[in-house]
Amino acid sequence: MSKKEEIVRVDHITKRYEENAILEDFSLSVYEGEVVVIVGPSGCGKSTILRIMNGLEPVQKGEVTYRGEKVDGKLGSITRIREKVGMVFQSYELFPHKTILQNVMLAPVLVQKRDKKEVKEEALQLLSRVGLSEKKDNYPRQLSGGQKQRVAIVRALCMHPEVLLFDEVTAALDPEMVREVLEVILSLAKEGKTMVIVTHEMAFAEAIADRVIFLDAGHIEEEGTAEEFFRHPKSERAKQFLNSFTYDKVVHE
Amino acid sequence: MNWEVISSYLPLYWKAMLLTLRIGWLGILFAILIGFLVAIVRFYKVPVVSRIAGVYIEFFRNTPLLVQLFFLYFALPKIGIPMNAEFTGALGLALLGGAYMAETFRSGLESVAKIQTESAMSLGLNKSQTVLHIIFPQAFSVSVPAFVANVIFLLKETSVFSAISLMDLMFRAKDLIGLYYKTTECLVLLVFFYALILIPVSVLGDRLERRVRHAEFGD
Amino acid sequence: MQNLGIDVLFKGTNMLRLLGGLWVSLRISLIAVGFSIALGIPLGMLMTKDSKIVKAIARLYLEIVRVMPQMVLLFIVFFGTTRIFGWNLNAELASVIVFSFWGCAEMSDLVRGAFISIPKHQYESARALGMNSFTVFFFVILPQTLRRLLPTSINLVTRMIKTTSLVMMIGVVEVLKVGQQIIEANRNSSPNAAFGVYGTVLLLYFIGCWPISMLSKYLEKKWSNS
Repeated sequence: MSKKEEIVRVDHITKRYEENAILEDFSLSVYEGEVVVIVGPSGCGKSTILRIMNGLEPVQKGEVTYRGEKVDGKLGSITRIREKVGMVFQSYELFPHKTILQNVMLAPVLVQKRDKKEVKEEALQLLSRVGLSEKKDNYPRQLSGGQKQRVAIVRALCMHPEVLLFDEVTAALDPEMVREVLEVILSLAKEGKTMVIVTHEMAFAEAIADRVIFLDAGHIEEEGTAEEFFRHPKSERAKQFLNSFTYDKVVHE
Repeated sequence: MNWEVISSYLPLYWKAMLLTLRIGWLGILFAILIGFLVAIVRFYKVPVVSRIAGVYIEFFRNTPLLVQLFFLYFALPKIGIPMNAEFTGALGLALLGGAYMAETFRSGLESVAKIQTESAMSLGLNKSQTVLHIIFPQAFSVSVPAFVANVIFLLKETSVFSAISLMDLMFRAKDLIGLYYKTTECLVLLVFFYALILIPVSVLGDRLERRVRHAEFGD
Repeated sequence: MQNLGIDVLFKGTNMLRLLGGLWVSLRISLIAVGFSIALGIPLGMLMTKDSKIVKAIARLYLEIVRVMPQMVLLFIVFFGTTRIFGWNLNAELASVIVFSFWGCAEMSDLVRGAFISIPKHQYESARALGMNSFTVFFFVILPQTLRRLLPTSINLVTRMIKTTSLVMMIGVVEVLKVGQQIIEANRNSSPNAAFGVYGTVLLLYFIGCWPISMLSKYLEKKWSNS
């Protein structure tokens, strides 16, 4: 599978906030059709990687290339690449002043200059796929968190991105809404979409990942298939991390 | 109350109101323009200009319009800048209002979270598309209540125009009281005409606020 | 360099007279602020109650203050009371009445806003801890309300000071009027005095109001995320 074409490469990135290093000499390649899941403790720089891939975060060293083309600070190149890289945020970030349908149609019409009618048709089709076609004329405020997040995914999909970035998309959701969102992402994986996912949902990560990256303190501590990482973690840090999701049975004294 | 007196005064008041409205709306229109430009300069922290804009805002927000008008009208001609009364009224109101509008618009712009911008950019919108389609509409609906309050405040502030000998409603009332001592009638007309100017603005403002809240919350 | 009339201010007691005029405006403002606070706080608290009559009256009062220019109110009180009651109301007293009437409305609205902005679960959680309503009010609600109220009511003080400049229009001899008198008196010796004198008055107002505005802004920032 490593012979597949490389889509995004993050090359020797160093990122600092003031004096604190967030990422230190970090590199990652994402190949076509691959689902990469990044896990790790809070504050380890997971989300920063996604933001860097989308050019939302300036870096001190290193570069991001997209199908071999360098993403530099220049506006033209960055917006062209962002068209091809879809991103879904933890806090949904739907546009509150636009209806659901308008949210989905905005970028394809405005940025890709596609035909309005054709975009609308596709938008409706995608919305019905996630079970939200009857909400098309509602405003984001009227939707639940899970519904909003599904719209956000549709909004990204409607741009026909070559890679999708998911930044802790269920972290702000009520527990009973997590599944409805993850199901959508799982079905995208089955279709063979290329994705980079940052998540705290370990069961989901294990189910969806082709490759798991365990990030700790700004560098890759361990990397492997889902099976390898979750069943046979090698490093101490990874074992500790995975243990933090389980609890010992209380024994009454 | 003498209705004959009232009806004979009506045309005089009507004319005075038109003057108040003409200068008032002209001033407010320019206040919006100035406020908009200054807010953009402040929001994007344009070097140097932003500093100057800050001084302008603080100065005009912390001095009374009446004194500003006195300075513009009586002091500027002394350094060779000729001023006429109507122009001074509109200019004073525009400068005062510009400072207030700038703060209103800027806080509207700042209320749009940074991540909304990022979300738009991640969809491939460029800077101007993001500003036009995402930031401005949201900033606008947040600014509306303060904007309406500013417009009402500025229209009320026009009541000092008579100090630079503009024949507005206050001037008319004072003049007629002094001439004929029909105080009650003069004051009733004064209240009536200011209500005529301001109540529609207040009602329309409320409507507008409800409208944008509807758009924002969708319920 | 032509003479811009700043020297006029240093002739005789002119500067002192000007400052005396400023004191007249400040005095009116301070008294009116005092009344506004004293009357506005209970009124604002009354307005948080669920009484239809109170709400209707308060609404009418606030709406009058909202749409009527203070200048008009000054005229009504100053000229109107003389006419109707035959009082010979002194202009300064009329000013105090009008600015208290205006300030009280503003203050009560601020108080009401501050109280209703406290989330309901603050009351509930305090009650759940076993506090009685007296304790809840003084130790939980009031401190939070004050934090919201203080910056905006300090701001009201600067607005009051600026608005008192209107009193010259009904003949109170305050700083702007004194300035006018000085310019008149020196018309021949210093024809450009208007520039220096009005410029100084403008500056005096700024020096008076700006620090208060800054304080209000500072408190607002300091307390906004706590």
